[in-house]
Amino acid sequence: MHIEVRNVNKAFGTHQAVRDVSFTIERGKLIGLLGPSGGGKSTLLRILAGLETPDSGDIFINGQRVNDVKPQLRGIGFVFQNYALFKHMNVFDNIAFGLTIRKARKAEIKERVNELLELTGLRGFEHRYPHQLSGGQRQRVAFARALAPKPELLLLDEPFAAIDAKVRKELRTWLKSLIAELGITSIFVTHDQDEAVEVADEMLIVQQGRLEQQGSPIHIYTDPRTAFVAGFIGHSSVVEQPNSLRGFENAASLAGAKAIIRPEFVEVGRQEEIAFPSAAEKGKVRHVFFRGAHLELDVEIGANRVSAHRSLDQVPLQPGEEVSVLIHRLYVISDESATMVENPLKVDPLPVHI
Amino acid sequence: MAGVVTTQLSEKTARPKHINESLAVRIILISVSLLFLGCVVLLPLLSIFIEAFKKGADVYFAAIRDPDALSALKLTLLTALIAVPLNTVFGVAAAWAISKFRFRGKNVLITLIDLPFAVSPVIAGLVFILLFGAQGFLGPWLDNHNIQIMFALPGIVLATTFVTFPFVARELIPLMQAQGVQEEEAAASLGAKGWQIFWRVTLPNIKWGLLYGVILCNARAMGEFGAVSVVSGHIRGETNTLPLHIEILYNEYSFSASFAVASLLVMLAVVTLIVKSFIEWKTARQLPKEES
Amino acid sequence: MTSSARKKAKPRSVLPGFGLSLGFTVFYLSIIVIIPLIGIFVKTSGLTPGQFWDTVTNARVLASYKISFLTSFYAALVNLVFGLIIAWVLVRYKFPGKRLVDSLIDMPFALPTAVAGIALTAIYAPNGWVGKLLEPLGIKVAFTPLGITLALIFIGLPFVVRTVQPVLQDLDNEVEEAAVMLGAFRWRTFRRVVLPELIPPLLTGFALAFARGIGEYGSVVFISGNMPMKTEIAPLLIMTKLEQFDYRGATAIAMVMLIVSFLLLLLINYLQWRSNRRVAAA
Repeated sequence: MHIEVRNVNKAFGTHQAVRDVSFTIERGKLIGLLGPSGGGKSTLLRILAGLETPDSGDIFINGQRVNDVKPQLRGIGFVFQNYALFKHMNVFDNIAFGLTIRKARKAEIKERVNELLELTGLRGFEHRYPHQLSGGQRQRVAFARALAPKPELLLLDEPFAAIDAKVRKELRTWLKSLIAELGITSIFVTHDQDEAVEVADEMLIVQQGRLEQQGSPIHIYTDPRTAFVAGFIGHSSVVEQPNSLRGFENAASLAGAKAIIRPEFVEVGRQEEIAFPSAAEKGKVRHVFFRGAHLELDVEIGANRVSAHRSLDQVPLQPGEEVSVLIHRLYVISDESATMVENPLKVDPLPVHI
Repeated sequence: MAGVVTTQLSEKTARPKHINESLAVRIILISVSLLFLGCVVLLPLLSIFIEAFKKGADVYFAAIRDPDALSALKLTLLTALIAVPLNTVFGVAAAWAISKFRFRGKNVLITLIDLPFAVSPVIAGLVFILLFGAQGFLGPWLDNHNIQIMFALPGIVLATTFVTFPFVARELIPLMQAQGVQEEEAAASLGAKGWQIFWRVTLPNIKWGLLYGVILCNARAMGEFGAVSVVSGHIRGETNTLPLHIEILYNEYSFSASFAVASLLVMLAVVTLIVKSFIEWKTARQLPKEES
Repeated sequence: MTSSARKKAKPRSVLPGFGLSLGFTVFYLSIIVIIPLIGIFVKTSGLTPGQFWDTVTNARVLASYKISFLTSFYAALVNLVFGLIIAWVLVRYKFPGKRLVDSLIDMPFALPTAVAGIALTAIYAPNGWVGKLLEPLGIKVAFTPLGITLALIFIGLPFVVRTVQPVLQDLDNEVEEAAVMLGAFRWRTFRRVVLPELIPPLLTGFALAFARGIGEYGSVVFISGNMPMKTEIAPLLIMTKLEQFDYRGATAIAMVMLIVSFLLLLLINYLQWRSNRRVAAA
């Protein structure tokens, strides 16, 4: 196991930033540390780097306990949220900094920096100063600077937060392929789930200092283990009285519980469009939002409201229109856990008997 | 050269150790700072009071109640009372023009306003001698009309005004530039007229900065020595300000009396710094409120 | 074309009072500052270049310039070092009495210079508190160039501290942490990352303290002893010439000092403009 974190706790005054977090990471993985702002993700990252000292718990790198190893000596590269470039140094000197500190030979420094300039597409910018670069270029410099001393582990704190939406997408793909190519174990913090899902091999969901779930994006999306994860990942509606929804009237686990329904679990349309009419019930379209690639419908079913998607190719529905609604499945959530329940009425309307 | 920089001391928690010095280094640096300030600032301040009371409280109060000292005090107050309001009105007008409008030559204007900071006080006095003195450009004309400017109150006021010229403007210009014009434009769009905009919108926003500039301007006006020394003529009981009176007493070896009068000006400085700290405390308290 | 140029110069603002405020500003600036200063140039032009040259290269005048510039330079240098340390301590450390120390920094701005002058003389004279201790060591402060330097250190103290303080305050911890993560320990982080950021305010503070020093009069006259060729500063020589009604001589000396001061003012404005631009852009 490359990185191992065991029962780490950290408090700032009365605020418990990290609560008993444990996890392991395999070599070469790209990990997304995802959660809402102020949830303790950055603190966790800084503890790994040695920039914060945990109140209790242990951190192992390559099986060696590094709690007492100074951050300068941990061999970790760190990319800061606002890049923290050295303003008075040009791009070359910024990238070379870690090597000059290690007293590397001049020729060696030059070779390594040139290699990184090539890799990050910054060739030709080596004599520019940070204030003469765009946001995306600064990010690349910060990245190259962290990589220059060949760290064991690369940590990135909200690496895309300060970049325009358009460039951000481009940089994400670039970073993912680059890290895959270098094979360096990396952890990045983000509060943007699209980013985490798109970039990470594996995600760690952190909330209020607790590690909620660890797993691949698909695994976490399809099988959320906790109420928080079920609600946080994907767009979803919370339903207060799932017992009143057709198909779920008798589900014992639903008594008194709430449920989370994702738009893709909901089929909305004129009666003839629904594949399993017997499992559907009547609803009313309240609002229709244009979302670019599809329409988002806000549908009222009795006392419940759910959100659903509809393709632009289909017959448009109007607000106020009566529609059929089929709920394929939902997540029942109790205090801590989340369990998926399929709609039991969803049986083939025309079974073929041979 | 602006002597006016607002500071706010951070009350953050201790810095993490990897970006802080070791305890020994911290203690050494703090000790060096305190020792330096002790020798250069604190010791001289203490010495003034000790020297002033060396010959007893009677000598101290006699020196302060001396008619010459009282007339010097009066002249000092009168000078400040004229020079400070003049420079305050100027400072507000200049800051208004510079911060609320765009025009060519603005940077030149700001540099010119700074000019008196760069001029030695002695030269500041000299320029008025050259203008109004007996051999000056206007000297003969003034003489014919029996107008006394040099070696009289008008000269002292002029020299003081010159020396304290930039204080209020220098404090207000950056403050009002940072505040921009949005609030004033909003007021104008709601139908407020010129002076209404100024009194209701601008003044409440700049009042602490203005007060800050005024007290620093006042401290310098009451304490100015070089420029006033050139134009006053040192006539006892007539054209002596407090700093000049201190010099005369000192040169006559009446040290205790000299330090007694000096202690009055130390108190002025202390009050100035207390007001300054109060303003800083007040504005620091306002800031987080506005942010939330 | 002229109409478009005029249009550009006109402020397009809904706010009133442009004419009044700018008019008053320019008028007041002219009568208090500009016109009186022009007087010096006019008076100097009354001298032939030869007379002017003879006046300002007179041995006593040259000695006074040398004393003024050297003592101001050394004082600014001392303030550069201690100003940095004090600013550092005030921004970064916690210790009892910190607020009081911070207020004390402004004392030289608030205290009349003559008062500072007699107080420093009282302490550092051979029979003063500190002077007494230094006398046996062979160090004389009052009535020597060292005394002048000391007075100028007092006068210039706030400049470096107050220019460095805000920059240090705004310095992002992350920049230092970036250096840490790249393997730099404390001294290297300071030398390679923090100090370069502080160079512009240090230079500005140094220039401000230096400029203030060469013009200073009140605090220096008491402690300097005013011996021609040895401890006579340039502003004092102007004073002496005036007392002898040698207006032309006084004006010529003043002229040279004014030019130096203006150059310093331009340098300071340039330094501030440059660092502002970099901060604004980055």
